[in-house]
Amino acid sequence: MSPLLEVVGLSKAFPIRGGLFGRVTGQVRAVSGVSFALGRGEAFGLAGESGSGKSTIARMIVGLAKPSEGAILFDGRDLAGQTGLSGRSRPVQMVFQNPGSSLNPRRSIGQSMAVPLHARGLSGGEIAARVASLLDMVQLPAGFADRYPYELSGGQKQRVAIARAIAAEPQLIVLDEPTSALDVSVQAKIIDLLNDLGRSLGLTYLFISHDLSLMRNFVERVGILYLGRLVEVGPVRSLFEAPAHPYTRSLIAAVPVVSDEESALKPNEPALEGEIPSPANQPAGCAFHTRCPHAFAPCAVELPDVVQLDDQHFARCHLLAPGASTRRGADWRTAKARSAG
Amino acid sequence: MTADPLLSVRSLSVDFWSYGRRSQVLRDVSLDVPAHRHVALVGESGCGKSVTMRAIMGILAAPPARIASGAILFDGRDLLRLSAREREALRGTAMAMVFQDPMTSLNPVFTIGDQMGAILRYADRRLGRARSRRARLARVHEVLTQVRMPDPERIARSFPIMLSGGMRQRVLIAMALLSEPRLLIADEPGAALDVTTQAQILKLLRDLVDDRGLALLMITHNLGVVREAADDVYVMYAGSVVEHGATAELFARPRHPYTRALLDCVPKLSGGATFRGIDGSLPDYSAPPPGCRFAPRCPLAISACSRPPEARRVSADHYAACWRLEDAA
Repeated sequence: MSPLLEVVGLSKAFPIRGGLFGRVTGQVRAVSGVSFALGRGEAFGLAGESGSGKSTIARMIVGLAKPSEGAILFDGRDLAGQTGLSGRSRPVQMVFQNPGSSLNPRRSIGQSMAVPLHARGLSGGEIAARVASLLDMVQLPAGFADRYPYELSGGQKQRVAIARAIAAEPQLIVLDEPTSALDVSVQAKIIDLLNDLGRSLGLTYLFISHDLSLMRNFVERVGILYLGRLVEVGPVRSLFEAPAHPYTRSLIAAVPVVSDEESALKPNEPALEGEIPSPANQPAGCAFHTRCPHAFAPCAVELPDVVQLDDQHFARCHLLAPGASTRRGADWRTAKARSAG
Repeated sequence: MTADPLLSVRSLSVDFWSYGRRSQVLRDVSLDVPAHRHVALVGESGCGKSVTMRAIMGILAAPPARIASGAILFDGRDLLRLSAREREALRGTAMAMVFQDPMTSLNPVFTIGDQMGAILRYADRRLGRARSRRARLARVHEVLTQVRMPDPERIARSFPIMLSGGMRQRVLIAMALLSEPRLLIADEPGAALDVTTQAQILKLLRDLVDDRGLALLMITHNLGVVREAADDVYVMYAGSVVEHGATAELFARPRHPYTRALLDCVPKLSGGATFRGIDGSLPDYSAPPPGCRFAPRCPLAISACSRPPEARRVSADHYAACWRLEDAA
């Protein structure tokens, strides 16, 4: 079956303007050559630190930004050229991070939810009935239609935002850190709701988050971004149990966990030094080589090729290329474990 | 414990009054922070952890807040009995705070060195000391080095916008260290940062506790951060401490039903297993449940739970306030 969404060689560069006449003096490469595909009904995650380009990719897919290069094929049609208000009737909807600022404080919940329904040309009576059924789908009482955002808790507001996203009957929902502003006891409830809706409506999710533990529990496949490039993609099970790219390994090793069994699962990697470089001034070769504890000669020069590790698991690293361990003299992962132990 | 802790909060209760209505926001909160220890106060939004922190620092807005009962002992002296002037002399000198948001806690129009110099001048004046401009700058460079900033001279000349989030968080820690406090209170340190940067900040705080003997009280909602960073932990729910103990022991054998439920809410890196929320919501503080405040949401609640539970010892250095500890073990 063909994928619902296919992203091919997607890039986005923002110009840097300087000087008296605002000439373009450089560019910020926020996203570079990102490709992935989402099957129908699949939940796919994009993870990375701030500045990794994950939100820029989300914005391009929903049509809030225009790609510099590449194609976004939805059901085989290219969405890349379309931006702006046509978004309301797109088969792609988005749930934003902060439910406090994504709802208009002067509109009642019912009025906010009616916007996408008006755009679809429904009459007043139809809208009222649809709002009630949407609230029911996100497990809120119908009376909430007459309330205002300030009367709702953070979790309730996020339920409204989800209801508004499904009002347009999308096939794909982009979730941009939908629970990062919520308490953990509420977060688990929202994730439950998203799982239920995904199953009952056959939704496909693109989940953007920096929270790897949450990723592990929600999506089927995950892609790890570093400075605008996918460094590793794979099913959550194999990516978390056998992370291959040094960045993925360090990132998983840095996640604070609550039990010894999780702690035992973490890769044996030293804590990362320094911070993610500016996307305006990217290192040559593999962008991670400046912080990578295993970097060797070719890393600073050539961009590594994508290596297939198993059926669906890919990574972009020189160390994983065939023959790399002989070129470097030892198997770096066991060498590391030995020196640390 | 043999020596008295540097900070000891004793049965603190705080009410908030508005339009003649009383909200019982804190009820009988007790906690100890000894020197050389990293203590975490953990709980969800609205549990009272920030109110506790503000009461300790003496920055609760009163009204609406009113301290109903209890004591806050700092080095043996009850802070609640000090005059406003005596309190002011301690704040920012013997006890200092690291604020949460590195994006908004710095003034964007002054350099880091100017802002730190101003804090130092103010602290010196309160302590009746004098220091030359050059000596102040030397001290600023010294603390920036202590928080492991590369090139402190350049950082001191920089404006906040020129620094990354992680560096700004380090500057906020350096500001708190300027007048050599003995107690540091950190509000969600590194919470706004990426995990790799957050790990660096927690390591820095750990070293300050170990090497300089600071007493550190950390306020956080992140259980993972507590387990990785703190020596002792206090779990708060709806204005009460429900469980406390040594971190390793409490995470290995959580006893209070709320602590257990909260741990089940945290998504696990190993996947699967337990990952579920807690039904219901926080009680109304103006009409709280008469006994255990978690009882209305607790799967184990019985009629005895309508009386307030006392903290009981479940093992060495591990206490929980629950009527059903025996049945839940």
